[in-house]
Amino acid sequence: MAPRDPPPPTPTATPGPAEQPALPARAETVVIGGGVIGLAIAWNLARLGKSDIVILERSYLAAGASGRNGGGIRQQWSTELNIRLMQESVALVKRFTADLGINVWLRQGGYLFLARTDTERGFLEQNAALQQRCGVGTRVLTPAEANEIVPELDVSGFAAAAYNPSDGILFPWPFLWGYADGAVKLGARLHCFTDVTAIDRPPANDAAGDFTVHTSRGAIRAHRVINAAGAWSPEIARLVGVELPDRPVRHEILSTEPLKPFLRPMVSVLGTGLYFSQSMRGEIVGGVSIHGDRHTLAMGSRLKFLTTMARALCELVPQFGEVQVLRQWAGPYDVTVDGNPILGEPPGLPRFYLCCGFMGHGFMMAPVIGKYYGEWLAGGKPHEIFDKWTLARFASGQLAKETFIIG
Amino acid sequence: MSGKVIVCRCEDVTLHDVEHTLARGYRDIEEVKRYTGFGTGPCQGKECLRVVACLLAERTGVAPSAIAPFTTRPPIASVPLRLLAGPGAEDLTSARDDDATDEDHGMAG
Ligand SMILES: Cc1cc2nc3c(=O)[nH]c(=O)nc-3n(C[C@H](O)[C@H](O)[C@H](O)COP(=O)(O)OP(=O)(O)OC[C@H]3O[C@@H](n4cnc5c(N)ncnc54)[C@H](O)[C@@H]3O)c2cc1C
Repeated sequence: MAPRDPPPPTPTATPGPAEQPALPARAETVVIGGGVIGLAIAWNLARLGKSDIVILERSYLAAGASGRNGGGIRQQWSTELNIRLMQESVALVKRFTADLGINVWLRQGGYLFLARTDTERGFLEQNAALQQRCGVGTRVLTPAEANEIVPELDVSGFAAAAYNPSDGILFPWPFLWGYADGAVKLGARLHCFTDVTAIDRPPANDAAGDFTVHTSRGAIRAHRVINAAGAWSPEIARLVGVELPDRPVRHEILSTEPLKPFLRPMVSVLGTGLYFSQSMRGEIVGGVSIHGDRHTLAMGSRLKFLTTMARALCELVPQFGEVQVLRQWAGPYDVTVDGNPILGEPPGLPRFYLCCGFMGHGFMMAPVIGKYYGEWLAGGKPHEIFDKWTLARFASGQLAKETFIIG
Repeated sequence: MSGKVIVCRCEDVTLHDVEHTLARGYRDIEEVKRYTGFGTGPCQGKECLRVVACLLAERTGVAPSAIAPFTTRPPIASVPLRLLAGPGAEDLTSARDDDATDEDHGMAG
């Protein structure tokens, strides 16, 4: 194995960037970051008639976390707000193909969470009760019952499991193309290989004045700017002098050779960050947490992950021993201390909108967050998430702790 | 006929698929990989990467030498999980896994 990853491909080596039209001089909305969050907001805004949008993406679509994730979508959470939001997101995902004309390979095979200790069993029971009150069909199971759902699991040493059959997995990439094409059809303009390098605030003497966003391909003025740069959002915020508290944490993931379909749910073990599912192509796709890493935007792959993951998989499903690993890669989680994202305008900086800090669950949240962000910016009433998930909460200590986090 | 010319045998990607991808405006090899899935199967691009790169060069007028390959995904050849999970596997990891060795790779992942 090579000691290092190869250097990044130079974007200018391919004709894509050169062929793009020049940036327009101005747009009502400039979205920074062409991940699922930025694209979902752009499509929703465009759908609501606010289609004077330019999306700036430094690399190709799917270069960030949105192109590197596990595609899991679940409604098992520890707070009513996240449960209800994710119920709505699942409904939106089911409509995605009809709304946006592209198959996202949604498969609702459930999520099966496994608990080893009595404390963890209590955690599952308490959250299942809350989820049931919200109308989610989560059931707490004995290890033997978990074995009926996935007979291949070695459940010795487990205390309980929680299973919600309407959770599932999807294939992330078509989501990005669907949102991007949908937004562009409605008038938005997408500029890939366009790196945001500086941002001027509106002139001090002109309260209604534009921001100026400088990029590797020229400058563009904007009435409003949306920072949807995911794990890179603190870098973007710093360009306007705002310090964000979210931090990047590398998460690695692997894919095996394709197997005959046998595994219905996403399986996850509490406390270890282990999760895996079988993709529609038959591969086992999953990851596990490597604790103790410092914050980094590095996305190199490590042998330490392969061995940790291999051990975790083989322990839980002994038959996996003969299965071949095909590929591994990594992406950044965009981590906040309370497990919830950062939305809205920072104090003192109107029309600069944050939409970041989505941990390891931003993909599944994008449909519903995009909807409410779009509705708000198009003139509608702000949803309660814009009161709860502010930047100010980190200074005031009014945190909104979400504890049902994988990894 | 061109719909039946296979350029990536692992993932059944055809010449037609690649042409369709180019027609949609995707030009970067990383984009073409994601749109078609070429190079993500058992051979990990060892058979198809060169073919697709040459196609890109031919159809877009860029010199083949100017097209960088997509990021290689370890392992170089597929490995059974059993070997990676076995005793002693962690001894292999230390030097390679010092964060400092790949800290500066940025988008390379
Ligand atoms: C291994 C892994 C597994 C995951 N599993 C799941 C899962 O199962 N389910 C789930 O819901 N979520 C999962 N996630 C989380 C999910 O992928 C993210 O929360 C989500 O993709 C975040 O989307 P985003 O648009 O905020 O960020 P990104 O997709 O990272 O997009 C940000 C974009 O901003 C761009 N950018 C950065 N700097 C600049 C600049 N200066 N100028 C212009 N553009 C810039 C980047 O290139 C990037 O494309 C996982 C993440 C990882 C890493």
